[in-house]
Amino acid sequence: MTKLLILFVVVVGVLAIAQLARVYELTARLSGKREEDISPADNRMNAMLMWAFCIAYFIFFAWLTWAYWDEMLPLAASEHGVETDWLMNFNWLILLVAFVPTNVLLFYFAGKYKYDKNRRAFWQPHNNTLELIWTVVPAAVLAVLIIYGLNTWHKITSVAGPDALRVELYAKQFDWTARYPGEDGVLGASDFRLINGDNPLGIVTPESVAKRMGELGVEIAEIDSTLAHAILPDEKRHELEKGLELKQRIMARIVNLKVVMEQDLKTMGKESIYNHGADDIVTKDFYLPVHKEVELLIRSRDVIHSVYIPHLRAQMNAVPGMTTSIKMTPTITSDSMRTHVMKDEEFEFILLCNKICGASHYNMQMPLMVTEAGEYDAWLKESRKKPFQGVVEDAPVLPAVTTDTTQVIVPVAAPVVAATH
Amino acid sequence: MGATAHTDGNAHAAHHHHEESFVSKYFFSQDHKMISKQFLVTAIIMAWVAVIMSLIFRLQLAWPEEGFAFSNFFLGDKWAPGGVLNPNMYLALVTIHGTIMVFFVLTGGLSGTFANLLIPLQIGARDMASGFINMLSYWFFFTSSVIMLSSLFVEGGPASGGWTIYPPLSALPQAMPGSGTGMTLWLVSMALFIASSLMGGLNYVVTILNLRTKGMRMTRMPLTMWAILLTAVVGILSFPVLLSAALLLLLDRSLGTSFYLSDIHIAGEALDNMGGSPILFQHLFWFLGHPEVYIVLLPALGITSEIISTNARKPIFGYRAMIGSICAIGFLSFLVWGHHMFITGMNPFLGSVFVFTTLLIAIPSAVKVFNYITTLWRGNIIFTPAMLFSIGLVATFIAGGLTGIILADSALDINVHDTYFVVAHFHIVMGMSAIFGMFAGIYHWFPKMYGKMMNTKMGYVHFWITFICAFGVFFPMHFIGLAGAPRRYYSYSEFRMFDGVVDLNVLITIFAIIGALAQVVFTFNFFYSIFRGPKTVPNPWKSNTLEWTTPVEHMHGNWPGPLPVVHRWPYDYSKPGKAEDWVSQITPLEPGEEEH
Repeated sequence: MTKLLILFVVVVGVLAIAQLARVYELTARLSGKREEDISPADNRMNAMLMWAFCIAYFIFFAWLTWAYWDEMLPLAASEHGVETDWLMNFNWLILLVAFVPTNVLLFYFAGKYKYDKNRRAFWQPHNNTLELIWTVVPAAVLAVLIIYGLNTWHKITSVAGPDALRVELYAKQFDWTARYPGEDGVLGASDFRLINGDNPLGIVTPESVAKRMGELGVEIAEIDSTLAHAILPDEKRHELEKGLELKQRIMARIVNLKVVMEQDLKTMGKESIYNHGADDIVTKDFYLPVHKEVELLIRSRDVIHSVYIPHLRAQMNAVPGMTTSIKMTPTITSDSMRTHVMKDEEFEFILLCNKICGASHYNMQMPLMVTEAGEYDAWLKESRKKPFQGVVEDAPVLPAVTTDTTQVIVPVAAPVVAATH
Repeated sequence: MGATAHTDGNAHAAHHHHEESFVSKYFFSQDHKMISKQFLVTAIIMAWVAVIMSLIFRLQLAWPEEGFAFSNFFLGDKWAPGGVLNPNMYLALVTIHGTIMVFFVLTGGLSGTFANLLIPLQIGARDMASGFINMLSYWFFFTSSVIMLSSLFVEGGPASGGWTIYPPLSALPQAMPGSGTGMTLWLVSMALFIASSLMGGLNYVVTILNLRTKGMRMTRMPLTMWAILLTAVVGILSFPVLLSAALLLLLDRSLGTSFYLSDIHIAGEALDNMGGSPILFQHLFWFLGHPEVYIVLLPALGITSEIISTNARKPIFGYRAMIGSICAIGFLSFLVWGHHMFITGMNPFLGSVFVFTTLLIAIPSAVKVFNYITTLWRGNIIFTPAMLFSIGLVATFIAGGLTGIILADSALDINVHDTYFVVAHFHIVMGMSAIFGMFAGIYHWFPKMYGKMMNTKMGYVHFWITFICAFGVFFPMHFIGLAGAPRRYYSYSEFRMFDGVVDLNVLITIFAIIGALAQVVFTFNFFYSIFRGPKTVPNPWKSNTLEWTTPVEHMHGNWPGPLPVVHRWPYDYSKPGKAEDWVSQITPLEPGEEEH
């Protein structure tokens, strides 16, 4: 009923405007004015508005810059971040030099040269000198920007030093997990097929392979027996068969993995990549020591995510099927951000997801603690003792949309756990 | 070739001017003028769908915890219970808003309308090279629009992975509800759209190259023709790549192939896809996706070149430089797609090549801006609504183009990639510029399309509100982006670090609502003027180009007599020694007169 009423109001409104337009047109016709003839008054008004707009435009720009100065580019807390900020400032300077005069000229000319029937426009089809100048000057300026920019880019993307700390960040819908090497200082191998409740990253060790094979074997046997004994509708049976085939193929891959692993263990012995995983630290806490170069090795297990840490000026996508990396050196600890820099006791560096990944994309975050080396070591030591504790497999998933419209309305701000797999 | 087309065309006009049935005139018309109107009206309807979507998600962004009857009115209790937008629907709206605006409004709508209307009229041809393929092009577009809209009504909602539909998100129905049937419909719709685009594009190129009238040398064509020619060429070369990307994605989704999928564990289960790469999709997508930006922008630049020159009563400054920069932009547009992928793990050296090529594009773009400004200098400017929108385009092109320099710099892109800075940049440089070009074109050529005049006063109201709101909406987004706020976030309330900038979202939404209301004025003006607008004269703007030498009443074959013969370039405005401040292209050169 309300919708009908709204529609009615809209229709009546349109009709009213139509009548007004009709009146306007009839008066215009009476005065003999044609629609395409723009009156001197209209030209004057638009010319004035061009100038007014130009002034308002710059005021708006200045106000935004002034009011949000502190928010833009939050303080850089990494070595390369300071450099890219300089590059950014340099770019802004050049852009302002281009932005202000072009706009001033555009609006000034538009307002100044309004139509006058006693005047002719200046006949000027081209001017090769002018055109040459404004091709060459931008080209030269851009050359500077390119060289400066690429120089910085090469520094940022160069290979991390051999002493760099290597930490893995693992993404899934909708949370992050970090993995630190154990005492051997090397991250072990991993395989997504081994992922389960207590091995959220699928770290490959002889034990985890055996365990996963055992579990999978049980699952396959269960489905087998269901298929053999239960009376099922065709649809359900088909679904189970498909699931079974998938599990069997995964099993075959794990068997392959096992063969490869055993050979590697035989030939490489202690050095084998499959020997390094057992002591890896898998954690929901993300700590980095200050002033130490760190290389983040980034992986995802479902869709593309993106590691984005604005304060460290760091961003890199997490792409399933490959490992990406970025390196950085944090320069300010969380503590000094809290007490000295931001003067905000609750301040935290945040790692957030910056590639659309699903319903909870907007809340896929992880705080980052940057600490003094000593504190970091203490934390690492502590973490080694405790096994992985995060709840991984059944993280809250936003409710899939239900078709039942009569249900009680659930406020969206508080996601409700509805579906678990 | 030109000469043969001539005689054929004349014979056609003389002998085949038959009465048409209602259906063949208004529906399955093969007349380029009617097809152009069909494209335009479809695009306006699609644009409204996309605008309403943007209002709904703008409301959510400004007041994240609150319910709005407006949202509930359009989405119902399923997607907006109590008026509070569902997060999945939020992503769906963002996705479909982008898809519709980029493809259906600014590609199909802009090129489809003005290429079809202007090509035969401005080069002096009876119709497009193939009227039938032209008609098919529209009906493919129409079908694809219907399918895209129908995807809004399926169970899991429409595609929700962003308009870039990156797999695996778009490939796996387990990843989000929108990756189910909605995504399939999206792909089918886009496949049809691409087919439509290719049919149109081939027709445009063939017509421009082969059916120019006598005397219409390439260097006498209006810049609109050059822009449309390059747009069509770029489209023909890049859209098939998107088609293959979409087809491979369709195979991954329905036949279990692994082009884009590898090592995936989702919904508690490992999948057995191996060896695919999501990055492959991104390369294929952006190989179209970036040229697409210019497919959207070039026609708008062509339209404004024409309108600025006409209404400044002054030749466009540097005609040949303008052609050169259109060609340079068209060529370079194929070499820059990687700048969308600096942080995907692409080899950094490859990234630096893309930095170089991307920044090169700034040069022809700068030349265009300087030439526009110089055209205004010492002009004699008549502020028609079309002229206002053209000047508006130059302003948005400057503001949006400059921030592109930041984004093209890979070292800087690291921190602003996928933030609101990007949203601000492309909405201003591509969205606003292109839509301003489209509005300019509509106001300018409305008399040619419908034989009526649009109301100027309403045009002024429309322009000034739209212009102010365009900056009011998108300018503050730069600042939100520089604060690090990511795009495609349902809400920012989960992060303290954005508390300082979220109040800008309220400002933006208010501007967005006012801006949308201004479009009501336009829409009303448009449809009202079709039926009730005052009749036009053949050449209301005193313009030089050929389309204004045709009669007001549309006729098959465009010119009643023989095709016009062209004697000069189209920009003889305020030429010294002439009585009027314009000289039509069909006026022969006087003895001793230099062309320009």
